[in-house]
Amino acid sequence: MEELISQIEPMIPALRRYARGLLGDIDTADDVVQDCLEKVVAHWSRRKNDDPRTWVFTILHNLAANKLRQRSRRGISVDIDDVQDTLFASEPTQDRNLFGKEVLTAMETLPEDQKGILLLVSVEDLTYGEASKILRVPVGTVMSRLSRAREKLRQALEKPKANRANLRSVK
Amino acid sequence: MRRPICEDDLLAFVDGALDDERRFEVETYLASDDRAMSRVSTYRNQSAALRQSLDYVAREPVPSRLNIRNIVDGRSRRRLFSAWQVAAAATVFLAIGGTCGWISRDLTSMPSAGVAALAIEASASYQAFAGDLVRPVEFRPDTRDELAILASETIGGPARVPDLSASGFRLMGGRVVPTAHGPGFMWMYDDDKGTRLVMMTRRMEVDKDSTMREAKKGNVNAWTWSQAGIGYSMVSAKSAPELKSIADAAKAQILPI
Repeated sequence: MEELISQIEPMIPALRRYARGLLGDIDTADDVVQDCLEKVVAHWSRRKNDDPRTWVFTILHNLAANKLRQRSRRGISVDIDDVQDTLFASEPTQDRNLFGKEVLTAMETLPEDQKGILLLVSVEDLTYGEASKILRVPVGTVMSRLSRAREKLRQALEKPKANRANLRSVK
Repeated sequence: MRRPICEDDLLAFVDGALDDERRFEVETYLASDDRAMSRVSTYRNQSAALRQSLDYVAREPVPSRLNIRNIVDGRSRRRLFSAWQVAAAATVFLAIGGTCGWISRDLTSMPSAGVAALAIEASASYQAFAGDLVRPVEFRPDTRDELAILASETIGGPARVPDLSASGFRLMGGRVVPTAHGPGFMWMYDDDKGTRLVMMTRRMEVDKDSTMREAKKGNVNAWTWSQAGIGYSMVSAKSAPELKSIADAAKAQILPI
């Protein structure tokens, strides 16, 4: 168990960041990270020879993808008392980083697999090979999805502001 | 001769994944192509903006419910408890098994052919893969038709993959499974509660057209049937009557071809 703790503990901030990027709000993200850590602890002895980081990210990605699929079936429901905190809260960096906020919003319109690749490669600094293992697709597919994701973001961000406002309200 | 620059090189350039020699070639190329250059720098800006706007999450203190030490502690305490529960349950099952074992003709009686054998094979696949969190399925195609083509190619006959969304189950994907009666194909569904349901198909030499039969092992139920030489089995931890109505709906979609 000491080995588990020393390997997993340093990953937790990155796991939260990845889940937040995929799921859009930090509470849901932390729920999924918690599920993930419980599964990691329960299945640690069965991890075979996989690199621990790739293995943990695979579990996290599958759980987050399930969550997204559930959500797209049900729609997002939010308790009105929580709205202030979760959906409209202005996160610390956003005021200073307007472009960052726009990129995050534009990313919401991407399909889950493209979002995942973009985050794994651009934010988590994983190699294409590691991303291919986590998402269970060949490296060629990783590259083509990454290319599509970046191109879609570019187009979304180059649209005139008025259109972008519409895009955001659809979410 | 130099290798032509392709889209993958531009992406790898953005992500700093090229070796020095190739990077130099891409830089030379970008110097001569303004559009590619502007695209590459847009992509780099996107990455930097994403990193910047998500990084606050990684810098925050980790909430205590995500403290791995607490999770490890909590689990070892629960495990100790459940070991006692398991021991108690085993004693009860032994007592029941000793007296009532002869009543049930269940999956452990090992028939060697026909739909009864298929039910055992399907339930073995369920046991092996339904609890697998990392790699429950091998293929995750975008549509049911793609999966049906893979299944048909595997078993060498026309297989159909039913849509169970009316029962709340979404298709996850499938995989090839070996059986004593030739290659089989298994696919899996899950619902909003994370309940998994497995279907399996293979060609039938015995029981080519069979009505639906029930089988049971522990709390896992199976309904198995065949039509026109192709067998299907549906396995899940749902109760037998609930699973029967889902299996009926599936069977209605898989008409003989």
